Amino acid sequence: MNAPTATPMRAFLALCERDFWVAFRRQLGGFLAQTLLQPVFYLFIFGRVLPEIGAAGRSYGTQLLPGVIALTLFFTALQNTALPLVIEFSFTKEIEDRLLAPLPAWAVGVQKLVVAAVRGIVGAIIILPFAAIILPGGVQFSDISWLGFVAVLLIGPLAGAAVGLVLGTAVEARQINVVFAVVLTPLLFTGATFYPWAELDSLRWFQIITLINPLTYVSEGLRAALTASPHLGTGWIALGLVGWTIVFGFIGVRGFEKRAID
Amino acid sequence: MPPIIDVVDLRKRYPGAKSEAVAGVSFSVEEGEVFGLLGPNGAGKTTTIGSMTTRVKPTSGRVVVDGVDVVADPVAAKRVIAVVPQRPNLDRSLSALENLTFHGAYFGYSRRERKRRAEEMLAQFGLEGRGGDRVDNYSGGMAQRLIIARALMHDPRVLFLDEPTTGLDPQSRLFLWDQMEALKARGVTLLLTTHDMAEADRLCDRIAIVDHGKVIASDTPRGLRHVLPEAEGLELRLAAAVDPGEALSGLGTSHTSEPAGDDGEWKVRIYGSDVAPSTAIAAAEQAGARLVDFTRIEGTLEDVFVHLTGRDLR
Repeated sequence: MNAPTATPMRAFLALCERDFWVAFRRQLGGFLAQTLLQPVFYLFIFGRVLPEIGAAGRSYGTQLLPGVIALTLFFTALQNTALPLVIEFSFTKEIEDRLLAPLPAWAVGVQKLVVAAVRGIVGAIIILPFAAIILPGGVQFSDISWLGFVAVLLIGPLAGAAVGLVLGTAVEARQINVVFAVVLTPLLFTGATFYPWAELDSLRWFQIITLINPLTYVSEGLRAALTASPHLGTGWIALGLVGWTIVFGFIGVRGFEKRAID
Repeated sequence: MPPIIDVVDLRKRYPGAKSEAVAGVSFSVEEGEVFGLLGPNGAGKTTTIGSMTTRVKPTSGRVVVDGVDVVADPVAAKRVIAVVPQRPNLDRSLSALENLTFHGAYFGYSRRERKRRAEEMLAQFGLEGRGGDRVDNYSGGMAQRLIIARALMHDPRVLFLDEPTTGLDPQSRLFLWDQMEALKARGVTLLLTTHDMAEADRLCDRIAIVDHGKVIASDTPRGLRHVLPEAEGLELRLAAAVDPGEALSGLGTSHTSEPAGDDGEWKVRIYGSDVAPSTAIAAAEQAGARLVDFTRIEGTLEDVFVHLTGRDLR
């Protein structure tokens, strides 16, 4: 007798349950370290130490915070899609049992994306109290646009996870070190994380380059939602966020299907 | 009743490959049968299994499992099949028990039901008390048993096993053979690939010999051995003062005789499929020889493979 309840939706939810179980029950310490270490150091060095020694302005922390939340959202989601996929497809083959679950192969790719995005959101929320302690000005939510904040909080990590899905399915295991170094560093530094996009006017060519980076729209989206400082137009932010998420999501899910089915 | 697996002119050419990995394979498997795909590495066995289990998209041809067209409706196919892969693919972030319970969850079993089934499976596969272990700590044999247990969590109608005992120690191999026989007794259809003749011979009701992406012979193990004309007959070990071979020369199609040891024993082989043992023994005793031992000669599947392809299996 077969289980009468073996539906694709139940399989999808069970796969999510497995991933959350591992992330938050089995490997919580690892998850927190992987997620928080980098942003905490950025907050401390750029937001606290540099202003303290006079190398940055007192208010730089306010500019920095949206960028650091953005990179936590984006990179947590990206790494939690790309790395496990590379390992599972190449070495452990753990993915095989999930591909035999009663749901379409592409849905397993989408499931990876959703779980990684949730991990990104959890990481970004946990970073807030750290920011409140580390930054001289603390975390001010007085000017916040809640709608914008929540929208970016939901879509931003999906964009990161989509980029991760593309990397995780396109890159061979033996190249992953090189690809990560070559891709992640430029993504990090051209993503309007450490500077407001609008103030790049005098560096026009660089300002244009940053528009290729999906992270720019996450950073600018949070900057628009959390601060009163100048930012990329709201419509452009929305278009960039949604557009890149769809583009990378589509390529990533297609790539996943290609890896899953010979 | 229609066959539970029906493969019709299955072909697969991987992008960029010079030749087809599977070049027109057809066979069908009846419900409850144990069917073996036997062949050397690279013969196309794994690709054939992949096509039946939704992991390989055939270039052409049709694969139907339990009435479901696997290519057209992979989700429905996945509900009725289970796979034991060639390489272990346990979820190493989970304990052994969790490997089973989450697999049950993927197939919609309730929390209580999947726990109950998982405990039952651990007991059945001799892994009681080891459910809490990390699967990293499992030996090769234990891991393989757990993989089969996991495959059975959702009560599949067809179980595919890709070289299930390759690389296992003899004890684990025997245990798995027993388990597969038990599954067969329960009515589960098994399709396995192997390049182990003894395994195919012991377990399979029918075997398809695969080479270069094609089925070159398909029959029962016994039927396949009949392919060898010279490999059937009787072997008698006789104690006699003089060579008793001559007395038996009228039986069968040909015979050989040679001294065996140095205490007046002889090994006489009579080839042919229609020699009655009683006739042979009577003829030997008539000639004054005493029967010491008696065996039937049957060609091995290994011989059959060499006969069909002119090559060794490995």
